[in-house]
Amino acid sequence: MEKIRYERPIIQKMNTGLMNKFGTRTEYEPVTNIESISVKSLINDYGTPLFVLSEKQIRRNYQNANRIFKTRYPKVQFAWSYKTNYMNAVCSIFHQEGSWAEVVSGFEYEKALQNGVPGNKIIFNGPDKTDDQLVKAAKNNSLIHIDHFDELYSLIRLSEENSLKPRVAIRVNMDTGIYPKWDRFGFNFENGQAWNAITRIINSENLDLVGLHCHIGTFMLSPSAYAIASTKLCELTWSIKEKYNKIIQYIDLGGGFPSANTLKGAYLPGSDTVPSIDQFADAITDVILGYGFKQEDLPLLILESGRVLIDDAGYLLGSVLATKRLSDGRRATILNFGVNTLFTAFWYDHKISPAQAFGSHTEEMVMYGPLCMNIDIVRESITFPLLEKGDNVVVHKVGAYNMTQWMQFITLRPNIVLIDNENNTHIIRKAETLDNLQTNEQLPEHLKKQTLK
Amino acid sequence: MTLKKNIATSEEGFVFNPGTGDSFSTNTIGGDIIALLKDNKSLKEISEIICKKYDVDKDQFEKDLDDFESQLKDYAIID
Repeated sequence: MEKIRYERPIIQKMNTGLMNKFGTRTEYEPVTNIESISVKSLINDYGTPLFVLSEKQIRRNYQNANRIFKTRYPKVQFAWSYKTNYMNAVCSIFHQEGSWAEVVSGFEYEKALQNGVPGNKIIFNGPDKTDDQLVKAAKNNSLIHIDHFDELYSLIRLSEENSLKPRVAIRVNMDTGIYPKWDRFGFNFENGQAWNAITRIINSENLDLVGLHCHIGTFMLSPSAYAIASTKLCELTWSIKEKYNKIIQYIDLGGGFPSANTLKGAYLPGSDTVPSIDQFADAITDVILGYGFKQEDLPLLILESGRVLIDDAGYLLGSVLATKRLSDGRRATILNFGVNTLFTAFWYDHKISPAQAFGSHTEEMVMYGPLCMNIDIVRESITFPLLEKGDNVVVHKVGAYNMTQWMQFITLRPNIVLIDNENNTHIIRKAETLDNLQTNEQLPEHLKKQTLK
Repeated sequence: MTLKKNIATSEEGFVFNPGTGDSFSTNTIGGDIIALLKDNKSLKEISEIICKKYDVDKDQFEKDLDDFESQLKDYAIID
């Protein structure tokens, strides 16, 4: 006689009261394939934890966003935000699609050059640029976005010393009606600091002011904030033309468009609440087109979108290490990845699916990572089928920030695999080894002959 | 592990404790175990019967049965 498929016995107390008007969550539909590749075969070939990226989805996201903006505004340029995911394969996909590079450190700048991006298509942002990096960027004709007066004066000095005339923009921070106000980066619009910086640049013979930049926040849920930002940058552009008869070539609205992830504490899932790219595009382009610029003076619109273009192209496959019951009776599941690998678990309630079929019963549980740390929580509360040791799960929308902010803590970082357009799989970053990590360690001579007493 | 005398069960996996007024639902295997408890089967006998019927090894089931027993105790379904 064939045996019945096993699932662990459970008993659940039935509660009376009002039903949740949104019904129960159905996050336990199994995900058995990513693109056309079975999750099981990925796990067999590459192990878990495993990051998987879909090239098709990355390209789809880029082409969709590009079409949305270009059908509304004549001059649009995307610049791939390296910090969101600077795997060379990922950057190369965006560059193939036509994206410039947006970098925020010397390390990222070098990566962009190595990825074949011409210097004049690299936007150099951020508050930390060394003198050497500034000179190199200036010589490469990159777009240097100045963050503070110290940097501005350094750049003037370096340009004079090296007889350079770098193309620059200033980063402008402003009140767009959102909280928190990001005023730590760039020059403030409302108190006149931005205008002072502009005046200083224009009066300098060694800097060429070509653009204005802002980046008003991250995971922005309000398109109207972008309309306000666009208005303020247009106001500066207009004033520069009026006062100095200088045409600003581009307005860079930065990034910050949200993905469909669900922020912790949100009442409804992100997929139901996050505005579409169309709404952001409408807010921005309506302002610029309606501001009154002559057709030939319309600035190039640069966007540094990251998260929205890659989050849903990334998956994290993991395995169940153990299940246990906590002192208050709640079920706890321990996974083989934690906040070290899935850094974004700190701010998202990630959607997680089982990777195999289950029975109809589900239970409320906490999902923990494997770290010996109390903060290592992947999901504080999730309704999920009855998991057993060895079962697999799929975490969705992990393409942004995890592969750059992940931590090497007590364990090694896993493989990253790309599924290409023809459904071939490629390792784009090999799992780390102990040797990789110890390459830069040096043991002082007197410690080499230690014996444990 | 002895089922309290007054516990009412149904074949569909519903459990009612008239002492507390609480109702419970179980999955199929949970219902099987409670039915076996009602027939006064020992843990050893339960383990043998379940491992014959379901695709599970003895060690795995005993671990899960232990957990199930603690739940039944918490809900005051067994003595």
